[in-house]
Amino acid sequence: MAYDKFKILKSTAVPLNIDNVDTDQIIPARFLKATERKRFGDNLFRDWRYSSDNSLIKSFPLNNKKYNGKILVAGKNFGCGSSREHAVWAIYDYGFRAVVSSFFADIFKNNCLNIGVLPVQITESFLSEVFIEIDRNSRNMFEINLKNQEFKITSSSIKERFKISTYKKSNMSNGFDDIDYLINKKDQISAFANKLKY
Amino acid sequence: MGKTLFDKVWDSHVIEKIKDGPDVLFIDKHFIHEVTSPVAFVGLKNRNLKVMYPQKTYATADHNTPTINQHLPIKDRLSAIQVKTLEKNCNEHGINFWGLGHKKNGIVHVIGPENGITQPGLTIVCGDSHTSTHGAFGAIAFGIGTSEVEMVLACQTIMQQKPMKMKINVEGKLSANVTPKDVAIYIISKLSSSGATGYFVEYAGSVFKDMSMEGRMTVCNLSIEMGARGGMIAPDEKTYNYIEGREYAPKDAEWMKAVNYWTTLMTDKDAIFDKEYNFKAENIEPMITYGTNPGMAIPISKSIPKANKSESKLSYKKALDYMEFSEGDKMIGKKIDYVFLGSCTNGRIEDFRTFASVIKGRKKSNTVDAWLVPGSHKVLKSIKDEGILDILIESGFKLREPGCSACLAMNDDKIPKGKYAVSTTNRNFEGRQGPGARTLLASPLVAAVTAITGEITDPRDII
Repeated sequence: MAYDKFKILKSTAVPLNIDNVDTDQIIPARFLKATERKRFGDNLFRDWRYSSDNSLIKSFPLNNKKYNGKILVAGKNFGCGSSREHAVWAIYDYGFRAVVSSFFADIFKNNCLNIGVLPVQITESFLSEVFIEIDRNSRNMFEINLKNQEFKITSSSIKERFKISTYKKSNMSNGFDDIDYLINKKDQISAFANKLKY
Repeated sequence: MGKTLFDKVWDSHVIEKIKDGPDVLFIDKHFIHEVTSPVAFVGLKNRNLKVMYPQKTYATADHNTPTINQHLPIKDRLSAIQVKTLEKNCNEHGINFWGLGHKKNGIVHVIGPENGITQPGLTIVCGDSHTSTHGAFGAIAFGIGTSEVEMVLACQTIMQQKPMKMKINVEGKLSANVTPKDVAIYIISKLSSSGATGYFVEYAGSVFKDMSMEGRMTVCNLSIEMGARGGMIAPDEKTYNYIEGREYAPKDAEWMKAVNYWTTLMTDKDAIFDKEYNFKAENIEPMITYGTNPGMAIPISKSIPKANKSESKLSYKKALDYMEFSEGDKMIGKKIDYVFLGSCTNGRIEDFRTFASVIKGRKKSNTVDAWLVPGSHKVLKSIKDEGILDILIESGFKLREPGCSACLAMNDDKIPKGKYAVSTTNRNFEGRQGPGARTLLASPLVAAVTAITGEITDPRDII
């Protein structure tokens, strides 16, 4: 599915200073029953946002009016556990376009890159600074420049480079996905399939 | 320089290497289920694409299906639609579909091996992170997202950067009552739930050589719980014996050809891994988790440790608060409300044999609800044929019908809020087994003794 082209993102950020946030927290299994990619954002962090009686849990950052923006900043090993792409759909659908952390789980990171959510991996010390910055003033802006592969705290202009492969960078900035690439390779694929051992 | 087992299988499936980008990897076998496939089929439709090799994909309904009265229509409307959608998609594209009631139906990672689809040297993917299970046969097997499910359906390939290589060596002999599950949980507790992220693991050493195929599947299954994309074990006679004669296994001349190839699938002596760990079998005890990720585990006889430096104190406290446990608590003797035997981790026949061997002649505790869910219809049939069902009933247990069930609690099998469950599954995440449920991961042996006593019990104390 094509998605919005990612160039430069300037936004405030929502902090989630918890390590090892797994995809069952991002979207619990009981909300995976849809057959179309619709309205997953409603249940993003469902059991951390709502009590069992569906009342809002006010202390959770997504429910705190002072936090908003298109960047989610989270503790290390974000997105571990299940391979459910629904987790990234929920993040995208809620309105986030980038997730910043010091470490991402593998499948989650791939899923992000496949649907146009930019995973921005920064050092642990810089991540702490970012959390402090948001804590100091939730209106502080951050800037993600995909072309230069830079994540910047706007107020101080302190920045750090992040990694992304040339291929994925080109996909993200053009809104392409892997199938756009693969469908032109079908002859090569079937030739390969015919040569396989058994 | 020599190649690792992983290199051999990966490299032989690369169609194209993209400079500063992923490899285009050919996929031999693809499993799909009702939860992570429907949006992929919507994608195909939107792009007006057909499935390139329908015969290389196998579908089962397992994640979102009831485990009682499977012969009746599914009550939950959304679940019913999802299962129906899978059937419709498979029919439309000519994909093998083993739905509810089909004799080959079951949990995707149980039915692949038991039907002989899972074989050494293959690349196997599924929209499910526990696809790593199939690595027990010397295959490269890992979980993928729905976008990648669509890629495999459309082009029989995915685009992935080759992971780094890790070797985990466990030498020696396991003590009595220490099971493959304990070995896996022990390793995860040492490496943490992110210690193998970015790596593909090869398990080597005498412990894995001596292990049954079922045990190897349990170990490879849990590779993802330390962040690894997958884990694999070099095929040997045990592997060939398991596969031979199964429905989808190669036959006659093809079989000879296959075995000849499979015998080449081992890591060369001079191959180099990016990271290696060595553990001793004698140091492994029956394990149990106490927190909200599988890395938070200790030997069952020990007490809950204090937060260490690498663990952020806040996250550690959050986990213990959720469990209503405290640093220093002893695990033995904690009251348990539920016991769950099943899942792609421990829902195979060997697990039911182990469980039955313990409870035979004993009675289930009145204070415990036990849910016993076979991994597949074939497992269910063996449970009946081998007389295990009689033993279960005699001891006060009931058996459910196959599926993923309370492992992820997508269906009605949810552990109630605040209750404690000893589970033979793979994840103790917050709410994984139901909103507010508290999961303690352990082996089928620990599950069995706990079901008898109603509290966390060291199997070495009663067996």
